[in-house]
Amino acid sequence: MSAGSAAVPAAVAMKRINKRFASVQANRDVDLTVAAGTIHGIVGENGAGKSTLMSILYGFYQADSGSIEVDGRAAHIHGSRDAIALGIGMVHQHFMLVETFSALDNIVLGAEPDWRLPRARAQVRGELDTLMRDTGLQVRLDLPVEDLPVGERQRLEILKTLYRGARILILDEPTAVLTPQETEALFGTLRQLRARGTTVLLITHKLKEIIALTDAVTVMRGGAVVLDCKTAQTSLDALAEAMVGRRVQLGRDDARAGAATAGAVLLDARGLRWTDHFGVPRLADVSLQLHAGEIVGVAGVSGNGQSELLDALSGLLTPQAGELLLARRRFTPSVWLDPRTARELGLAHVPEDRHRRGLVLPFEAWESAALGHHDSPRYGRRGWLDQARMLADTAAMMQRYDVRPRNPALRSAKFSGGNQQKLVLAREALPEPNVLLVGQPTRGVDIGAIEFIHGRLRAMRDAGGAVLVVSSELDEILALADRVLVMGGGRIVGEMAIDACSEANLGRLMGGAGHEVAA
Amino acid sequence: MSQPLELPRWLDLFVLPAFNLVLALLVAGLVVLLVGQSPTQVLALLIKGAFGSRLGFSYTLYYATTFVFTGLAVAMAFHAGMFNIGGEGQAMLGGIGTALAALALGDRFPAWVVLPAMVAAAAAAGAAWAAVPAALQAWRGSHVVITTIMFNFIASALLAWLLVNVLKEPGNMTVESRSFGPGAKLPGVHELLGALGIEWPRSPLNVSVLLAVAAAAGVWLLLWKTRAGYAIRAVGHAPEAARYGGIRPRAQIMLAMSLSGALAGLVGINEVAGVHGRLLLDYVVGAGFAGIAVSLIGRSHPFGIVLASLLFGALYQGGAELAFEISGFSRDMVYTLQGLIVLFSGAMAQVAAPLLLRLWRSMQALAVHG
Repeated sequence: MSAGSAAVPAAVAMKRINKRFASVQANRDVDLTVAAGTIHGIVGENGAGKSTLMSILYGFYQADSGSIEVDGRAAHIHGSRDAIALGIGMVHQHFMLVETFSALDNIVLGAEPDWRLPRARAQVRGELDTLMRDTGLQVRLDLPVEDLPVGERQRLEILKTLYRGARILILDEPTAVLTPQETEALFGTLRQLRARGTTVLLITHKLKEIIALTDAVTVMRGGAVVLDCKTAQTSLDALAEAMVGRRVQLGRDDARAGAATAGAVLLDARGLRWTDHFGVPRLADVSLQLHAGEIVGVAGVSGNGQSELLDALSGLLTPQAGELLLARRRFTPSVWLDPRTARELGLAHVPEDRHRRGLVLPFEAWESAALGHHDSPRYGRRGWLDQARMLADTAAMMQRYDVRPRNPALRSAKFSGGNQQKLVLAREALPEPNVLLVGQPTRGVDIGAIEFIHGRLRAMRDAGGAVLVVSSELDEILALADRVLVMGGGRIVGEMAIDACSEANLGRLMGGAGHEVAA
Repeated sequence: MSQPLELPRWLDLFVLPAFNLVLALLVAGLVVLLVGQSPTQVLALLIKGAFGSRLGFSYTLYYATTFVFTGLAVAMAFHAGMFNIGGEGQAMLGGIGTALAALALGDRFPAWVVLPAMVAAAAAAGAAWAAVPAALQAWRGSHVVITTIMFNFIASALLAWLLVNVLKEPGNMTVESRSFGPGAKLPGVHELLGALGIEWPRSPLNVSVLLAVAAAAGVWLLLWKTRAGYAIRAVGHAPEAARYGGIRPRAQIMLAMSLSGALAGLVGINEVAGVHGRLLLDYVVGAGFAGIAVSLIGRSHPFGIVLASLLFGALYQGGAELAFEISGFSRDMVYTLQGLIVLFSGAMAQVAAPLLLRLWRSMQALAVHG
């Protein structure tokens, strides 16, 4: 670059990008300019086109029209190989690591500087030591990836990308799997990278992170850019409004905050224990009570027994010890609850994994909407299915829970995450259960749908239902719960009324600061 | 999120299979050229042999009948997420069931008693033969692909043992049972049409063809119109979701596999009762395995399976004709042709999808801009 040029060219300049998938215009005349050495946020709801845009930049897709410049020069990116050659690296939401390989081998893999592996390892290790020192990305290179905590795996992914010469780093929803503390650490790393001149593109739907971290932000909606500005010149509310296209109310409705008056006990679980095939205790003496008219939030880093707790309470998993009292029935491991009985006793369950459990993806919406009810007398006589009634019921569900598109014959897989979740919630909540268990109510769900889903859960509580919400999003727990349980290592390591909760003290408990019971 | 590559329905269901079939025929044509024959002549003979005469067409339908049964059997299990490779053995058991019912009742009772009894016995024997691997899978996790293959061998041994030691008539040198009594003879289509005053050449085609059509319709009704079918498909697509929905996967696996075995067992009706009128050794000859290809090409849908069965029936019949008409054109060439069709229409069915999609898009673009 000539010393005389006044302005440094933008690291990335995408101009008038258009991309169409069948009937969906995923990107419409999108302009994106990212200044070199900055952290640039890209936000938008699911389906807003941000992933498509980044996939075009990384060479997964070709734009139908438009141009891309990298560092001021026209770039033709026909595959990820081209992108890497231009210094663009991408860290995916789901890590692309070989779990049984060591961290070092994961970096060596595919970029071997020598065909003799020991030499290649030694050489890469030398370069990585320097890189780790310079960037502060500390990773234990000799441990197999499966033994590394999630935060460290992510550092490894970033390190791998940087090692391959990335100067422009794309991060896709990087904090989805991190604890608040790990998130803070990641942000520190990204700031350090920025100081070294690396350009960071951050795709996220968490607006707080945009405010906390980025220099500039681009908001997308419906495939087009609706806002593009310096972060300092905007606010959380303005971003949310731009993203959804209307004002949104997130967070607590203060009218009821902390007003949880414990009603009757609707579900009482005592001393649940379950140890998996590998001898790891997943549930270690878990007891909890759900009262009428309260939302109980279960916080914790994923994998600390929350999933098993949901499964045990909904009858999908029979614990090895403990008992469960539900609707005047008592269940012990010898005769545990099963999903059908659970439904009959007024317990509904919105599962964490709607793709594997909540829906049958190849089924049409009306078929998925009958999951768990296909045997009910409402849906037919003898062995036959009353398809007309099922279609009508699904149409009604879609109407009341605003599921779009309102097409009961569309395959379940074709709905967006938010609409799938609304369909599952409609199916579970409309029969008005006494107890509703909800796993990750808004994972992969866009902001408009989050507002709606939270509203429904509160309405259930206000109508006297007991709601148990398991979420790895602390914000969600804080926005919804009247009482919070924190799980760690298969136990409940803390219980607090919502008034006593803060992101800091919950984060500490989640990180394993021991047992703490606040009044 | 990004949209997966998906063809419009009509392209996916009609244009793509036709395209694959043409592709297979083109490659087959090349092979025919290589052995020094004229591809057009061979194709013309093949089609003429399969559809050109009432007799040829009857044979085509007769072969197709057996493929409908085994194809439906594979599809039935497939919808429950099971890969039933045991159609061969289940069909043999179906033959044994047919024969035992026919031998026990055929001399003493009229056809309206014996025929339903034979159908029930064939289905029950096939079902029982499939139920054992199904149970091993459901409760013990023994992979059904392995166990059903093993059961093919056991079935074959059982058939040979029964024929040699139990059912063979003393003094008869061939390994076969005695002929069934008059009540156990399945009417041929030529007899039926003859009774209606329509003259039809004598062929192995018998009333089992109607049973096959009924079975296809029945499978369609069961899978898509009943609660049981709903439960089976839920388990097949997403066992975890099914369990969550209060469906017990084990029960559905047992049900679907038993029905699958029963369908394969009906091959015994077509071959043993419909054609030979006695139990012998080789009446299945690969039909169970052909069923896998038929189901694959028919996309596991009863309607598709009927069409694919006709295709395979035509290949069998036309191929036999070819081997007869052209010297030096052996039966192996016909197998090559079948293999190519399975390869292009089954295994590589989706290979041409991106190409078709691009063609279609550019046609759309032309329509919009041009």
